[in-house]
Amino acid sequence: MVPVIQIAILVALLGAWQLAVDTKSISEFFFGSPTGTFRELYEWIRRGTVQGPLWQQAWVTLQETLIGFGIGVVLGVLLGMVLGRIPLLARIFNVYIGTLNSVPRIVLGSVFIIWFGLGMGSKIALAVVLVFFTVFFNAFQGARDVDAGLIANAKILGAGRASVLLNVVLPSAFSWIIASLRVAFGLAITGAVVGEILGATQGLGLLIQQSQGNFDPDGVYAGLVVTTLLAAVAEGLITLLERRLLRWKPRGRPSPAPAT
Amino acid sequence: MRSSIAARDAPASGNAPPLLELRSLTKRFADPKQGARTVVEGFDLELRPGEFCALIGPTGCGKSTVLSMIAGLERPSGGIILADGAELTGTDPRTGFVFQNDAVFPWKTVLGNVAAGPRFRGAGRHEAGDRALDWIRRVGLSGFEQHYPHQLSGGMRKRVALAQTFVNHPRILLMDEPFSGLDAQTRQIMAGELLGLWEALGASVLFVTHDLEEAIALADRVVVLTARPATVKEEFVVDLPRPRSPREIRFHPRFVELHEEIWSSLSGEVQIAYDRATTVI
Repeated sequence: MVPVIQIAILVALLGAWQLAVDTKSISEFFFGSPTGTFRELYEWIRRGTVQGPLWQQAWVTLQETLIGFGIGVVLGVLLGMVLGRIPLLARIFNVYIGTLNSVPRIVLGSVFIIWFGLGMGSKIALAVVLVFFTVFFNAFQGARDVDAGLIANAKILGAGRASVLLNVVLPSAFSWIIASLRVAFGLAITGAVVGEILGATQGLGLLIQQSQGNFDPDGVYAGLVVTTLLAAVAEGLITLLERRLLRWKPRGRPSPAPAT
Repeated sequence: MRSSIAARDAPASGNAPPLLELRSLTKRFADPKQGARTVVEGFDLELRPGEFCALIGPTGCGKSTVLSMIAGLERPSGGIILADGAELTGTDPRTGFVFQNDAVFPWKTVLGNVAAGPRFRGAGRHEAGDRALDWIRRVGLSGFEQHYPHQLSGGMRKRVALAQTFVNHPRILLMDEPFSGLDAQTRQIMAGELLGLWEALGASVLFVTHDLEEAIALADRVVVLTARPATVKEEFVVDLPRPRSPREIRFHPRFVELHEEIWSSLSGEVQIAYDRATTVI
């Protein structure tokens, strides 16, 4: 019943929009229309975009997203765990990380384009920066949050430092880290697309940016739809991963909130 | 296993050399208000091979700190701990520890939890698994090997904790109010099973509790501790027959006598602890 209502609401909203455009209540030139968006998408799929086939544009953005996500997650987890387990390091680097975190990071996109050029490198860098902080703070909190009783138990059972890290600290921090991955992936896509909008030779962001330049709202929407699809598929995959890795958790217990 | 049974025929008789020896053990914690807070002071105790010794004292007297120091989780501020005549520093493969709270790993299955000890100590996956399965059976958890702790009841999780500790064959078994989180019935059942497992294992047990009945029902010797700082106040030999059933032994006339004797020693300390806890400083 709920999905039916959900679909009905969507259809009603799109229908109202289309109706408003058809009756000239709002300007199609500025606001575009659902049918126009679908037409644009259909054209992109059938004939390709002005920059080449659609799948190629999507693949470029996806690559930037995945590589940026991967690097950001690995760096975030590593640094978060190290600083979380070594209080002295945490005290030293606290101020740097706090300051860097308060920099409006999207602006770094411009810096990266100057540094790394119009290719994929600058987009990956932006995605890494966005992902890193999200994952880092969660990994840091997770590594500090480990139950001291479990560490004591592991030590008495015979675990050395490495075993404690692998068998207690890491799994314990995992629930925190995984909670941040969902948000982090959204940020990775944001980083890649914004990077492309700021300056690129390929990608969905460039497609959106060019549509904007041509005063083509339907093109912007179409780019948005493709980006959203990518994000939705990724989110589904992360949910599967979460289920697999957090099998040991009772269902329904809220997982720690991601620090964004 | 034979030798351990022989050792238990003469509990606390003093013939066997001590397995564990605490000599004037002291623990102070830094306290911003008073400078230092002494939790354990001049603590002397000997534990013979195969002996079941209960430490009883008022809540918050520092009993747990004594166990933590023996386990190597905390460093003593003074005094020494000897095991087999050699000084014990840090965690030791001879000791096992059953915690008050659930200390089983929530992300490991029952099998993974019980096999953890042997794995940490270098056993192969196969061997560790076999030994774990044996102990899972002995604590009566067959069929639950692939369950995660959150799927088990409190009593079952406690059995996992026992199997996890026993699979390492500890010679010195430290237990810190292990059954305090369980309801009264489960507690009695677990106490009975603990005695059965202990008789098979032959370890020396140091069992911390604040429940006098539990202490008498289980132990060969009950050591009464003072209110903080903890020191040994008095020792009582529990000359009740073995094997015992913790549920039935309570009706033994000697049990009632012992309860009376030990309580008269303990009650003063409990009163001191109670007064302290209810006094506004």
